[in-house]
Amino acid sequence: MSRVGARPLALWFGLALLLALPGLAALLDQPFYLTLVTRMLVFAIAALSLDLILGYGAMVSFGHAAYLGIGAYAVGILAFHGVTAAWIQWPVAIVGSAAVATLIGLVSLRTSGVYFIMITLAFGQMLYFLAVSLKAYGGDDGLTINVRSRLGGPLDLSNGSVLYYLVLALLLGLLLLCRRLVAARFGMVIRGAKSNERRMRALGFPIVRYRLTAFALAGTMCGIAGVLLANLTNFASPAYMHWTRSGELIVMVILGGMGSLIGPILGAFALLALEEALSSLTQHWQVYLGPILILIVLFARSGIYGVLAPAPKASDG
Amino acid sequence: MAEPLLAASGLIKRFGGLLATDHLDLALADGEIHAVIGPNGAGKTTLVAQLQGELAPDAGTIRFAGEDVTRLKPHQRAARGIARSFQVTSVFRDLSALDNVALAVQARAGHSFGMWRPASSERALREPARAALARVGLDGRAGMLAAHLAHGEQRQLELAMALATEPRLLLLDEPMAGMGTEESARMVRLIDGLRGARTVLLVEHDMDAVFTLADRITVLVYGRAIATGTPAEIRADDAVRQAYLGDEA
Repeated sequence: MSRVGARPLALWFGLALLLALPGLAALLDQPFYLTLVTRMLVFAIAALSLDLILGYGAMVSFGHAAYLGIGAYAVGILAFHGVTAAWIQWPVAIVGSAAVATLIGLVSLRTSGVYFIMITLAFGQMLYFLAVSLKAYGGDDGLTINVRSRLGGPLDLSNGSVLYYLVLALLLGLLLLCRRLVAARFGMVIRGAKSNERRMRALGFPIVRYRLTAFALAGTMCGIAGVLLANLTNFASPAYMHWTRSGELIVMVILGGMGSLIGPILGAFALLALEEALSSLTQHWQVYLGPILILIVLFARSGIYGVLAPAPKASDG
Repeated sequence: MAEPLLAASGLIKRFGGLLATDHLDLALADGEIHAVIGPNGAGKTTLVAQLQGELAPDAGTIRFAGEDVTRLKPHQRAARGIARSFQVTSVFRDLSALDNVALAVQARAGHSFGMWRPASSERALREPARAALARVGLDGRAGMLAAHLAHGEQRQLELAMALATEPRLLLLDEPMAGMGTEESARMVRLIDGLRGARTVLLVEHDMDAVFTLADRITVLVYGRAIATGTPAEIRADDAVRQAYLGDEA
């Protein structure tokens, strides 16, 4: 991996830009951009987590946004009851999304293909309507969060730049984690099961338990994104869990390039940037977004990441 | 004879009205190469699938190494030492040849929940994988995607994967199918080299290969074993000549 091509250079440049962004936004007096890019980073984490199961394991979860909601509501409900300490809120969110993902996975992974898509969609919508029914916590209207998670020390999340850097650090950390994971023994099993399930069973792998682990890990990571989203928006809403949101996450992954980890991050940036740009031009921006997405998917099969540089050939190692 | 490594008794498998396996008894002695021959539709692949666990028999039992494995799933039987190569080549097409075999080694190496260390840097996986590739003559192809290998090479790769799991029993379903003369000869030498070290159940249409390799042969016709014996006995068997070898013998 010592080869320095166009792709790594572009990525390092992007990273430098991200590191400098809070300073630039302050310099240009455009705090809006700080919020926008923080939002992009949060969704990049969600898309990254989905790529782990979708891109590497061919598990097309159509209910992945549910974990965004679980993370957000863990923060919101605890804050509503006066518990604002991150060391309570965040573990609750992480354990909660891990537990829910495990349960959903246990049922969904008994199926495959279209049935898997439909079952995960059904679970996602169940959780959406559960959130809508929580009248005590705002129901349909959502739940306003007055105080962001308290981390203690110098990390004051009410400062936009601090939140921004925390989200960026978490994204980079999780990206590193995922990169190691997909190349390790565990990742090889997930990829093998995607490539040839029958062969995996014949070799002796109990693949469901590996898939379930990956599914739960991805849900947990997305739960973290939910925690960050709640802190960014000061709000927990059923809308975070709506099936269209799950669809957007899938679009981010495919748009950026499935099974590349970095691709879905780029996909999250691109989709949110497109939404932002088009919605400032016209009220009917979705009419234009659709064809643009279709064109990109048609002409760039391996997504934005694939366009930056073609995939390297397999080599022995 | 000592207790067989694998013993199937009274196996029955129906597909609707078709009796694909008909009260079949089969015993594989430890270390032997046992060929199963029979005309198309005799139920050879169905038999292999039941021994490996992909298909459940409607009746009968399968014992392997002294244990009743009739109800065990494929991955559980694989863990006990039953490996299979498929009639239609089954490899990981989007992985390199070496990664294919390394994954097979990994299947034998306990759990695979390692999430940090790159599998490609684990010598415990790579070295046995390279050795298995070399054994089937694919050492020069280690870095190639399995999808880019020639058909015969993919079959060799599949055998390397099966061998890498260090099985006690190899179920080979037409390993020579679609191979050229030279490739077939190479495969015969490979399987011959396993004699004594592994027990092999060989399903094959190539009669030269079968009679060269097999210690014993079972002849399957319409799901029934009509004869079992040494190659010489099978050649001399009237029922076999009539039912199957007729035009060749």
